[in-house]
Amino acid sequence: MAQDEIKKVFVIGGSSGSFDVLLYLLARLQPLDAAAIVIVLHRKSGYDTALIEVFSYRTGITVKEVDEKEPMLPGFIYVAPANYHLLIEKDYTFSLDVSERINYSRPSIDVCFETAAEAFGQKLFGILLSGSNIDGTHGLETIRQFGGTTIVQNPQTAESPFMPQQAINNGAADYVLEPEGIARFINGE
Amino acid sequence: MISDEQIELLLNDVLELYGYDFTNYTKASIKRRINRILAVDRFPSFAELRYRLRNDKTYLNRFVEAISVNVTEMFRDPQFFRILKEKVLPHLATYPYIRIWHAGCSTGEEVYSMAILLKEANLLHKSLLYATDINQEVLEKARQGVFSLSNMKQYSENYILSGGIKAFSDYYITTNGHVKFNEELRRKIIFAMHNLVSDRSFNEFQLILCRNVLIYFDKHLQDRAIGLFDESLETLGYLALGAKETLRFAPIEKNYKQIDGKEKIWRKMK
Ligand SMILES: C[S@@+](CC[C@H](N)C(=O)[O-])C[C@H]1O[C@@H](n2cnc3c(N)ncnc32)[C@H](O)[C@@H]1O
Repeated sequence: MAQDEIKKVFVIGGSSGSFDVLLYLLARLQPLDAAAIVIVLHRKSGYDTALIEVFSYRTGITVKEVDEKEPMLPGFIYVAPANYHLLIEKDYTFSLDVSERINYSRPSIDVCFETAAEAFGQKLFGILLSGSNIDGTHGLETIRQFGGTTIVQNPQTAESPFMPQQAINNGAADYVLEPEGIARFINGE
Repeated sequence: MISDEQIELLLNDVLELYGYDFTNYTKASIKRRINRILAVDRFPSFAELRYRLRNDKTYLNRFVEAISVNVTEMFRDPQFFRILKEKVLPHLATYPYIRIWHAGCSTGEEVYSMAILLKEANLLHKSLLYATDINQEVLEKARQGVFSLSNMKQYSENYILSGGIKAFSDYYITTNGHVKFNEELRRKIIFAMHNLVSDRSFNEFQLILCRNVLIYFDKHLQDRAIGLFDESLETLGYLALGAKETLRFAPIEKNYKQIDGKEKIWRKMK
């Protein structure tokens, strides 16, 4: 079962100013082996399959937009589709939800992080990047509550420092790292 | 935070006492909804919510309303409506009488959008639209055809993106921050309760739309609902799902053909 194969899951949440950081990270990732990555990015437009192409161009790892009920597998980078909340079930499948925006956002980082926290416990690493929203802080707190680890982008390196700063002020960050440090962390260097 | 076991208890109560079966809905989503009910209706504990639900029949409606996700809009995914107009309506036009089913219609924005499309294609007079949902509350709202004026700017943009060429505001009248859609549109719509989990096929249609409902069902329930649509669809009829839903992996898929590379519209070939 996929459940046993996945050893680590990185959920990455970003809002304004995080796009370039994501491109930077993607270009530096080593093959994932037994890990999987899930990206929740706030964005405006509804239809943007272009995003997957842009991400794919940066890395040899397969990047795909999540299909509903899809089982999570190691070795993949999953991207939350626009206009849906992304939830992770305890059987490691994804589900989608069009319910109310949270923190003015759908997908909301909190929603994904909170459900991931329950599903993955200690295997989970939550990473919060640049943004000018309060989304993500509560999600990081939940991740810690379930035994996972949290990393926040150093606000001084963020184009929009508010979101990571908010997480730090609330004591939700285990590590505060600049983009290079985040890349190393994911690579286990 | 409430546990999976507690959710199971609650859903079993609702099934046994009232016959509503939410046990095969996706777990993470149901859990969020129930946590939300606890917060919004200010239950100090799970036990009190459970007690209320078991002992107060009138609270059931509120529960069903709060547990289902009713977020919708007019001409949601405008490109979808454009393809309906360009590729589906011309076929429907060849029938002497057109029957359409909106399953999971919520507050009606989607079915009113459809009525507008039909009107513009000069097909509304020979169409009948069935709009169904399990949620009594949203059906009542849909029946009224009254929506908030503040949404009209976005709906009108969606309408134009879908290829609409009229003045969107011609379709409603405005009073006190609300709009009411023209009686002419509403007259062709029948609103009714129907539960996709437990109710049966009730008619034959040339077009069935069920968008953003199946995402809340597990695989087993999805297959049941899709089977129900298959039973209710004439050969050469169309089935339309939400942007992130698919017929792929469904047992009946082999009899269907997707009519557009991107939009989730399938035609029943046999
Ligand atoms: C997110 S809304 C979708 C509205 C519209 N089709 C759209 O895409 O904009 C989902 C609707 O499905 C309804 N629903 C949920 N479970 C159902 C069931 N078992 N049978 C019928 N409708 C159901 C909910 O009450 C809700 O109104």
